[in-house]
Amino acid sequence: MNAKTSKRLNMKERYRIMTRDLDWEPSYQRYEDIFPQESFEGIKITDWSQWEDPFRLTMDNYWKFQAEKERKLYAIFDAVSQNNGQMKISDPRYLNAVKLFITAVTPLEYNAYKGYARVGRQFGGVGARIACQMQSIDELRHTQTQIHAMSHYNKYFGGMHDFPHMFDRVWYLSVPKSFFEDASTAGPFEFLTAISFSFEYVLTNLLFLPFMSGAAYNGDMNTVTFGFSAQSDEARHMTLGLEIIKFILEQHEDNVPIVQRWLDKWLWRGYRLLSIVGMMMDYMLPNKVMSWAEAWTMYYEEAGGALFKELERYGIRPPKYAEQTVTGKHHVSHQAWFIFYQYGHATAFNTWIPTAKEMDWLSEKYPDTFDRLYRPRFELLAEKAARGERFYNNTLPQLCQVCQIPLSITEPDDDTLLSHRDTVHEGERYHFCSDGCRDIFQHEPEKYVQAWLPVHQILQGNCGGADLEKVIGDYYRIEMGEDNLDFEGSAEQRRWNAWKQAV
Amino acid sequence: MSIEIKTAEIEPIRQTYGHTRRRFGDKPATRYQEASFDIQPTENFHYRPMFDERHELYDPGYTALKMEDWYAFSDPRQFYYGAWVGARAKFQESTETSFAFFEKRHLGGQLSDEARRLVTECLLPLRHVELGANMNNVGIASTAYGTTLSQAHMFHGMDRLAVAQYLSRIGLLIDDSPGVLLGEAKQLWMDDPDWQGVRRYVEDTLVLEDWAELSVAQNLVLDGLLYPFVQETLDARLMDAGGGQLAMLTDFMGEWFKDGSRFIDALMKTLAAESDENRGLLAQWVSGWRERAVAALQPVAAKAGVTLDDALSILDERLAKLGLLETH
Amino acid sequence: MSRVFIALQDNENARFIVEAVTEDNPSAEVKHSPAMVRIEADDRLTILRETVEEKLGRDWDTQELQVDLISLGGNVDEDDDSFTLYWNT
Repeated sequence: MNAKTSKRLNMKERYRIMTRDLDWEPSYQRYEDIFPQESFEGIKITDWSQWEDPFRLTMDNYWKFQAEKERKLYAIFDAVSQNNGQMKISDPRYLNAVKLFITAVTPLEYNAYKGYARVGRQFGGVGARIACQMQSIDELRHTQTQIHAMSHYNKYFGGMHDFPHMFDRVWYLSVPKSFFEDASTAGPFEFLTAISFSFEYVLTNLLFLPFMSGAAYNGDMNTVTFGFSAQSDEARHMTLGLEIIKFILEQHEDNVPIVQRWLDKWLWRGYRLLSIVGMMMDYMLPNKVMSWAEAWTMYYEEAGGALFKELERYGIRPPKYAEQTVTGKHHVSHQAWFIFYQYGHATAFNTWIPTAKEMDWLSEKYPDTFDRLYRPRFELLAEKAARGERFYNNTLPQLCQVCQIPLSITEPDDDTLLSHRDTVHEGERYHFCSDGCRDIFQHEPEKYVQAWLPVHQILQGNCGGADLEKVIGDYYRIEMGEDNLDFEGSAEQRRWNAWKQAV
Repeated sequence: MSIEIKTAEIEPIRQTYGHTRRRFGDKPATRYQEASFDIQPTENFHYRPMFDERHELYDPGYTALKMEDWYAFSDPRQFYYGAWVGARAKFQESTETSFAFFEKRHLGGQLSDEARRLVTECLLPLRHVELGANMNNVGIASTAYGTTLSQAHMFHGMDRLAVAQYLSRIGLLIDDSPGVLLGEAKQLWMDDPDWQGVRRYVEDTLVLEDWAELSVAQNLVLDGLLYPFVQETLDARLMDAGGGQLAMLTDFMGEWFKDGSRFIDALMKTLAAESDENRGLLAQWVSGWRERAVAALQPVAAKAGVTLDDALSILDERLAKLGLLETH
Repeated sequence: MSRVFIALQDNENARFIVEAVTEDNPSAEVKHSPAMVRIEADDRLTILRETVEEKLGRDWDTQELQVDLISLGGNVDEDDDSFTLYWNT
């Protein structure tokens, strides 16, 4: 009889008893001392019990499902490393996308782990706290499965060997690093808005789905497997993102303008960060999945559109400057690849000029921009390279104070003019790539003046001196001639060809 | 076969990641090593945390203890996420079997009134202690420096949520109308004078800022007293009161405690071995929290009609082995 | 009107789930891409435990969906008997 009654509890009641009811109202210590971070952002929470748990997972089911996922995943890793799985890859240039992934994305997963652990302790509501805790260990899972997925490739290819070290030091990795640290150093509600909502819900599909399909198209079994396995956690995280936004907005009308500003800021910041993904999709995948412009249309404009329509009833409008992302989608990937190509001696991966066939694909996908603006540039560079004058830029670029991308992106309404903004704060002039980044700075200048800008740091002598080769080799640990330079004639290419003969 | 001969020529150019090689040598590394050591960002942080400008985002200064190398700590269980989740799924499977058996045989219905009272008054309120332990360990995971320390506390914290949930299930299993006994137990947790010492102890740990002191107060001292009390003393008392079958349901706590203690002991040993200053601080924390834990749990033991003596001698033996028991 | 969607890994399990979903949501649209299957519908999509169990021929817990899930769009409402995605607009 006992058994039957306890079984009759439905999922919601069971979850309430096993999670919500564990909490109590403290009386020996003050609430604000136990949860000291909850109020300083100005977000007003009147009643945590209104929180809707997105997925009512208890630990028993969590362990059961996650262990099943891990078993499947590691079986693939073992199979790949036991069978020289790296040789199934379509084209060795593909691996450069993987190098970028482990140096730029894997450390973000780690930051997410730590960030969700903090919020998973700091929220006063037990339901939200535990949802964050589960996301935290999931993010640790993603960090570690990625390290294990790449472990085998690292044994055969360059550029992955010192990813945590590079993440802290290499110039372009300050883009993802500063992005995430911006969120991690913010209060708990901004962190969740930034990462759970803007990044996970709105943008993460753009990173993972094309990347994983790309991996599948290019014979990278490890990446496609960890990617889809990670995404199965991601669906839970996305739902947390939507729930937290609705919850904050429903709690108090004063929260609306704060959230709106965060949505504006974090869409823009995420969009800039994803330029790197755009470049990877359009230039680094030998077998293409879809273009960056197509992905942006499908995942941001269409899926994001439905989402922001849903939020209208709370008084939320689509993020500021969203229209600039729609014109920008025809340009960002080309401009980003051009930056990396010219600084290809300072990258932990190889760069190259697209083949004639690849350029035709780009023309087809970008009919309004590629032939007019980018093809001539790449063809000129190809000619120079053919003459033995492969172009490397030895001057240091001006970086945007907020997103930290070199100032080489064009104006939203004039694609022949570089976009450059500046502002003076306490007698000092700061430079930006766009109105979006300048707005972000102007709202919190005291935060962004602290930015560790790689170019400034080199010029100040903080990266091992003035000799660029020493900065790259000693400070960054990019092995000259092994990890960097053009793919054509690289050590990577030579080894691959030799291995192919052996197989 | 021909494939084997051919593939022999595809030689790796390195054995493991650079940071792993520098720490463990130039040889293939274990999955625990690759996933746990030297992967946390260490420098060039962009912004000070808005919630705590005295610290960097990842800062060894969240404890008074000092270590030359924070990765000196290595989890003896070698738990990275996959290893932890696999071990826990296995452990959960056997616990489920016990719960299912208990339920199927209606063993809850055969409990004596006294046993049911003991469980309600002395065992079920512990699920709130476990939630505190969950929060404390997750908090440690967020501030402790380095991945080996952080992740071990994170796993420990999620384990505690699981313990709290299993305790809740015990409450549901032995209840004629599910939720009533858990409600009574919560009332005791909030208002019963016998429980207030424990609740105060837990709430006081929730505001501790030094993560190492918090790990001492929670994981070494309070748990070190509480779990032996439940496993040794309370279990025996339940047996006498006609509730021997409950051991099936609480057995997992003993298993879990054994596993967790391996981590906590290794942690304390590593921290203390670093310097006399560390050892001194740890011993001082142990001494303060031990006294408070004993005072807090005494009324609960008395409520059950037993003493803390056996549990305390188990704790003291453990502390002495770690060299952290100050004898007055 | 807005589209809700759910994306699943294209494996044996998903086949039966897709079958169940299309039976219960006749207007749903199924799109296949490498290793992934995506189901879309206007405003609302419901997965019923009973139908999935019928297709699978065994007990099925709605939370099991998480094992094969890749992505989704829409508000989530989940209980013992169903898993629903919806937009309020």
